[in-house]
Amino acid sequence: MISLRKLALAGAVGLTSLYATSMAQAQTIKVGILHSLSGTMAISETTLKDIMLMLIDDQNKKGGLLGKKLEAVVVDPASDWPLFAEKARQLIAQDKVSAVFGCWTSVSRKSVLPVFKELNSILFYPVQYEGEESEKNVFYTGAAPNQQAIPAVDYLMSKDGGEVKRWVLEGTDYVYPRTTNKILEAYLKSKGVAAEDIMVNYTPFGFSDWQTEVSAIKKFGSAGKKTAVVSTVNGDANVPFYKELGNQGVKATDIPVVAFSVGEEELAGLDTKPLLGHLAAWNYFQSIKTPANDAFIKEWQAFTKNPKRTTNDPMEAHVIGFKMWVKAVEKAGTVDADKVIAALPGIEVPNLTGGTSVMLANHHITKPVFIGEIKADGQFDIVWKTSGLVPGDAWSDFLPESKPLEADWVKLNCGNYNTDTKKCGGS
Amino acid sequence: MAERKAQLVRGFASLAFVVFMMAVAALPALAASFEDTLVGFTADSFNDTATAMSAVTESGDPLAPQILGALGDGRLLFSAATKKVYFKDSTDKLFDAATGAAVTAVAPGDLSPVRLNNRLRGLLSAALGSLTLMAPDVAKRIDAAETVFKSRDITTLPALDKALAQEKNAEVKEAMLEARAAIVIGAPDTSPEHRLVAITALNTRGDGDALVLLRTLPADVPANVKQAAASAISSIEYRLSIWANVQNLWYGLSLASVLLLAAIGLAITFGVMGVINMAHGEMVMLGAYTTFVIQEFFRAKFPGFTDYALIVATPAAFLVAGAFGIAIERGIIRHLYGRPLETLLATWGLSLILQQLVRTVFGPTNRDVGAPAWMAGAFQAGHISITYNRMWIIVFTIVVFAALLALLRYTAFGLEMRAVTQNRAMASAMGIKTGRVDALTFGLGSGIAGIAGVALAHIDNVSPNLGKAYIIDSFMVVVFGGVGNLWGTLVGALTLGVANKFLEPFAGAVLGKIVILVLIILFIQKRPRGLFALKGRAVEA
Repeated sequence: MISLRKLALAGAVGLTSLYATSMAQAQTIKVGILHSLSGTMAISETTLKDIMLMLIDDQNKKGGLLGKKLEAVVVDPASDWPLFAEKARQLIAQDKVSAVFGCWTSVSRKSVLPVFKELNSILFYPVQYEGEESEKNVFYTGAAPNQQAIPAVDYLMSKDGGEVKRWVLEGTDYVYPRTTNKILEAYLKSKGVAAEDIMVNYTPFGFSDWQTEVSAIKKFGSAGKKTAVVSTVNGDANVPFYKELGNQGVKATDIPVVAFSVGEEELAGLDTKPLLGHLAAWNYFQSIKTPANDAFIKEWQAFTKNPKRTTNDPMEAHVIGFKMWVKAVEKAGTVDADKVIAALPGIEVPNLTGGTSVMLANHHITKPVFIGEIKADGQFDIVWKTSGLVPGDAWSDFLPESKPLEADWVKLNCGNYNTDTKKCGGS
Repeated sequence: MAERKAQLVRGFASLAFVVFMMAVAALPALAASFEDTLVGFTADSFNDTATAMSAVTESGDPLAPQILGALGDGRLLFSAATKKVYFKDSTDKLFDAATGAAVTAVAPGDLSPVRLNNRLRGLLSAALGSLTLMAPDVAKRIDAAETVFKSRDITTLPALDKALAQEKNAEVKEAMLEARAAIVIGAPDTSPEHRLVAITALNTRGDGDALVLLRTLPADVPANVKQAAASAISSIEYRLSIWANVQNLWYGLSLASVLLLAAIGLAITFGVMGVINMAHGEMVMLGAYTTFVIQEFFRAKFPGFTDYALIVATPAAFLVAGAFGIAIERGIIRHLYGRPLETLLATWGLSLILQQLVRTVFGPTNRDVGAPAWMAGAFQAGHISITYNRMWIIVFTIVVFAALLALLRYTAFGLEMRAVTQNRAMASAMGIKTGRVDALTFGLGSGIAGIAGVALAHIDNVSPNLGKAYIIDSFMVVVFGGVGNLWGTLVGALTLGVANKFLEPFAGAVLGKIVILVLIILFIQKRPRGLFALKGRAVEA
C-alpha cells in the first residue's frame, strides 16, 4: 500500500518537474554533471565538476550552442555506486539533459550503463580505465590500457627507462588494477619476461600500512636485475605508499615506480622531495608547454580564483569531450541523442598538448602518451612521449578472450564484434 | 698510459659511452676541448647530456666535481641561445662552467637547468662515486663505496684500490672491501685467493645483495672456493630468515601502536561509558587537521621553527577534539543514554556532517603535513630498516597510554570517572556531579582521539576520509580486548597488529585482513566479552 502511495507521489512530482522543465527547455540546452561532491571520491571528482562549469560558462560567453544558452545541472552521487544510477536517471528522465559528463570509478560507470542504454542518452567518461568495454551510449575520453599502461612499460624496457628486467605489479584490489595487470602480465610475457620476474600484489582500498609491501619490493628488487614497480594503487592509499617508499629510501634510480593514477592533484598532499624521479604515465601533464595549455591553466586558475590550482589528465579529457560534443551537436544541428551519437565519430578537436584528437568508431579517442618524472615542486618533468597519437583500443590484443573482439559503431554498429565467429555479441 | 688504456678497453664492454671518453682523451688541447664538451649540456637531449657528463668525468678538469655536483642538484644551467653553460653555487652565485669565473652579465631568465632522468641520475652517482671515494667526509666516502658496490663497475677498481690503501677508518674500509668484493667476485680473471677474500667480505655484509653476488660466481672456480661460497650462502640465508621474523615483529609492533592510538580514545567513550560513537574517527580527523593548521601557521609566521610545530599541535589537537567531544555529549548523546541504536545512528549522521564540514572548509583534496627532520628517513638496525616516523609513533603511543593510565589512577577526575562508571547512583549520592563527569569523560576520549590524529597525519592522508579508515579497526581492537579495560585494549592492539603482519607476507594484505576478521568473529563467539572481561557488579550497571 505504502509503495503504491509513494509511486503516485513520485509520479506527481515527476509530472510537475517535467512541466517545469519543458517550459525551460525552449531557452536552454541542459548538460548533466554526474560527479561525487561528497564521500571518498570527492577528492578527485569535485575538480571535474568545476572544470565542466568553466567549460559551459565559456561556451555561453561565445554565444551558446545552436542559438541557445547551455545550462549545467549538477547532482551529487556522493561516492555511492547505486546512487550514481539513480542520479543518472534523474538527470536524463527528469531534468531532460542532452548529455552527461561524469563518473570516475569503473564501478560507477558500470552502475549507470543500463540507465543510459534504457533512456538512450550520452555519457562522456573522462578517466583512464581498464578497457574491455565499448557501449553505444558512452564516449571514453580517458585512456584505454594501450594508451597508458603498455607505453609506460615500453618506456621502462627502453634504454632511457633503465632496461627493466623484473617487474612488480602493485595494485588496489578492484577491477581496474586486476584487468590492467592481467593485460600487462600477458604483454610482459609476450616480451620474454619470465614468470618468476613478475610479482603481483594487491592491497585493500585505503590501505595505509605499507611497511611489509615496501620491504617486499626492496627484497624483490635486490635480485641483481633492474626492477621497476608498476603501480595501479588508487586514491587515498597512494600517499602512505609514497611516504613509506620515501622513508625506506627506495630511490627512483634503484627501483623506479611508475603510477597510472597519481597526478598533480594527488601529489599536492605530499612532500615530493624524496620521490624525485618516480614516474607517472598520462596523456596530459600540467607542465607541458604549449600555447593552448598555458591559456587553459591561466583560465582555470582565474576561474577558481586560486593561482596555485593544478590541472590534471581527466580534466583535459573533459575539455576534449566537451568540445567534441559541441562540434557534434553543431554538425547534427540538434541535441537528439541518436543523431549526436552518429555525428561524434570522426569529430576532431585540438587537445591541450599540441595534437589533434579524433573520436574513433569504437567511441575511444586518439591521445599522445607522456611519461613524466616527479619533480621537487610536485610537477612532472616530461622525459618521454610517443611519436604520434595512439588510438584507444577498446578490447586488448593481449588477452586471449578479447583478442578477436572489435568495436565499431559506424560500420558494424556493434561494441563487441567477434572477428572469428563474425557475430556481434562477444566471445 | 698503458695502464689507463687497458682500463678503458676493459670498460668498453660494460659502458657504451666509453667510446666518447677515448675520443675526448685523444684530443690534444684539453683546455679548448673542455668548453666543447660542455656544449652537450645545451642540447636538452638526454643522450647528449650523458655523453657530455662522461666527457667531463674523464677530462680530469678541476671543475669536474663541481659541475657534476651542480648537475645532480639541478644547479647546472644552460642558455639555449648562446650555447654557454653555467653553474650556481649554494648561495645562488653564477659561474661560467668552462672557466670557473664568476658571471654577472647573464639574465637568469633565459637560463634553464639541465634536465636529468633516472638513467642519467644513475650514471651521475656512479661517476660522482668514483670521484668522492677520497672525500674528507666519512659519510660521503661510505656513500661512494656503496655506489660502487651497486654499480659493480670494473673501471672504478683502480680508484677503489688507491682509496683502500689510504683508508684509516674501519667502517669505510669495510664498505670499500665489500665494494671491491662486488666487483671482483664475478669477474672472470680473479685469482682464487682474491675470490676467497671477496666471499668473506660478502658473508660479513650478509644481505640480499650479497646473496645475489655470491650466486654469480663463475662455474670454473676451484672446489674450495665453491665450497666457501656455498657455506656463505647458507649462512646468509639462515641469518636473513631470522631477520625476516624480526622485521615482521617490528612491523607488527608498529601497526599495533597505530591501532592502539586510534582505539584508545574509543576505549574510553565506548569501553568505559558504553557510548557507541561512530564519530570517533572524525575526532581523529579533526586532530589531523589541527596539526595541519598549526603547521601552516608556523610555516607562515616562524619558518625556522616548523619542526617544533608538533609540540604545539599535540595539546591543540587534544583541546579542539576534546571541545568537539564535550559539545557532542552535551548536545546530542546526553539525551540518548540507554538507547544504543539511536546513539549509533545519531553519531553516524554526525560523522557525515563533520566530514562534509571539513570538506567545505579545507576542500576535498589532501593536505600536506610535513614530517619534522627527526621524523624523516630511516636507519639500518641489522638487516631491517627502521623508519624514524614509525619508531617515534611507537614511543608517542607508549607515552599517551601511560599518561592516560596515570590520569585514571592518580587524579581526582580519574577517581570520579571510575566511580560514575561503576555505580552511577552511588556516585551521585556521594555528591559527584555525574553529568559533568560524563561530559568530561567523553571530552577526554575525544581529545585522545585528536592526539591520535597528530600522529596519523604523518603516515596517512590528511583528508576528510581519514577517520573512516580507522573506525572499524578501533571497534575491533576494543571489542576484542574486552570492553571497559585499557589493558585489554593494549593486548588487543598488540595481538591484532602482530598477527596481521605475520600473516601479510604469506597471505597478502587483502586475504590477511579477511583471515583476521574471521578469527575475531570466531573468538567473539567463544568469548563474547572479549579477552579481558570486566567481572562483578560493574558489568550489570
